[in-house]
Amino acid sequence: MNDLLTKLSDCIEFGKINLASPYPPQMKGQDGADEITRLALETGVNPQDILSKGLMPGMERIGIKFRENRVFVPQVLMSAKAMSTAMLHLKPHFLSGAAKQKGTFIIGTVLGDLHDIGKNLVGMMVEGNGYKVIDLGTDVSSEKFIAAVKENPNAVIGLSALLTTTMVNMEKITKDIKDAVPGTLVTIGGAPVNNDFCSKIGADNYSADPQGLVEYLNVKFA
Amino acid sequence: MQKGRVLVSDGAWGTFLQKKGLHPGECPEQWNVTRPNDVFDIAQSYIEAGSDMIETNSFGGNYFKLKGYGLQDQVFELNKAAAEISRKAAGAEKFVLGSVGPTGKLLMMEEVTEIELYNAFKEQSIALEAGGADAIVIETMTDLEEARIAVKAAKENTNCEVICTMTFDKILGGEYRTMMGISPAEMTETLVEAGAAIIGANCGNGIADMIGIVKEIRKVNALIPILIHANAGMPQYCDGETTFPETPSDMAGRVKEIINAGANIIGGCCGTTPDHICEVHQIVKSL
Repeated sequence: MNDLLTKLSDCIEFGKINLASPYPPQMKGQDGADEITRLALETGVNPQDILSKGLMPGMERIGIKFRENRVFVPQVLMSAKAMSTAMLHLKPHFLSGAAKQKGTFIIGTVLGDLHDIGKNLVGMMVEGNGYKVIDLGTDVSSEKFIAAVKENPNAVIGLSALLTTTMVNMEKITKDIKDAVPGTLVTIGGAPVNNDFCSKIGADNYSADPQGLVEYLNVKFA
Repeated sequence: MQKGRVLVSDGAWGTFLQKKGLHPGECPEQWNVTRPNDVFDIAQSYIEAGSDMIETNSFGGNYFKLKGYGLQDQVFELNKAAAEISRKAAGAEKFVLGSVGPTGKLLMMEEVTEIELYNAFKEQSIALEAGGADAIVIETMTDLEEARIAVKAAKENTNCEVICTMTFDKILGGEYRTMMGISPAEMTETLVEAGAAIIGANCGNGIADMIGIVKEIRKVNALIPILIHANAGMPQYCDGETTFPETPSDMAGRVKEIINAGANIIGGCCGTTPDHICEVHQIVKSL
């Protein structure tokens, strides 16, 4: 049983989606996250353990390697794909309450900005670390963020921006969210933003990489 | 350039358009038809600053980016207009580089196919040539496969010279990689083979890092002309406005070093202004 979870965490770390996937080359011909998750459920492994002892350790390892520049976006995307495949099997168990996620994270690229590569990557990594993720897409207004947090009380909101022209919109959106639902935590990320910007606009956290955000969420939802 | 001369390119367009009133969320390329005079002003200000070549306001002019604004039917019109505006400013003497940016779609996530990418870059390149571009500059690329497809599409469907620059960050070990993990050496090999006449780097964290990137390209290829479009550093935020830290003299102060490293064409990216280009031009002229 533990063996399956170890194998699953390897599939997540190295981005092995399923048996048919040729990537990564060193795992060619082996079962992937898809088959192993299904087998684990069939053999009675607790869905909660699949999440916390299979998926999460794999996601954490790839997150750390990414932060240390030992892998780049493509490897992380493959890991995220493997994770999403496994998640499909787990979804019914989240709905039934047999497995619990740690909390809810709402993410979107801010108004005026249509870039979504970074936002998608962060969303997938947060999900793989045991959170429910609500992705509002790109070009997201204050109103949409506010509606989403009202529907999901206590969710943390993540704002993404790629452009120096759109990062400025983070300030108004952060203020609007905090005015509408006081106490909501707002975390920001994206190429042009940094800690200094975060404190100037009144956001609660800046993370330079997805793993940093996961660690922030783990503290806030502990 | 064949005579060993170093050429000066232009500076930023996006941040310049903003100063002229482009709102976040507005499509920059649409200004080529709705506010052509403002776009012309930018082009002309770089020519006046001493640029040997200027780009076009078409960075996001591909099918996929324009679709985000519902303008995907105007790829030809907007790109042709972009090239015509820059042509008018450049006259017959100076070069016009038709700007082509990434689609924002990831091949490896199957968001787009190779054929779709090729067709999008083909459509945009043809329109830029029709408007009078001398060369196509494919820029801010991070995925080598997308860059390669763009180079091929421009090369196989136009008579323009094809230039391609990618965007690198300095990673923890002190080396340079794009977001997708591509090194300057890997870029050089693939893009030269795909048919790029000039390669290089743009955007990034300022001109100092560009020197390191030029050296890495030169290590693997002694001959290929190198173009550098450097940011004026990383943006800083103050009172609702973003500013860029590197002054024209900061940038000009590094020009000699980057030429010694092997760069052939020098210009600016985000945050650079005609003043930056003017000072770079003075230095290049004096060498």
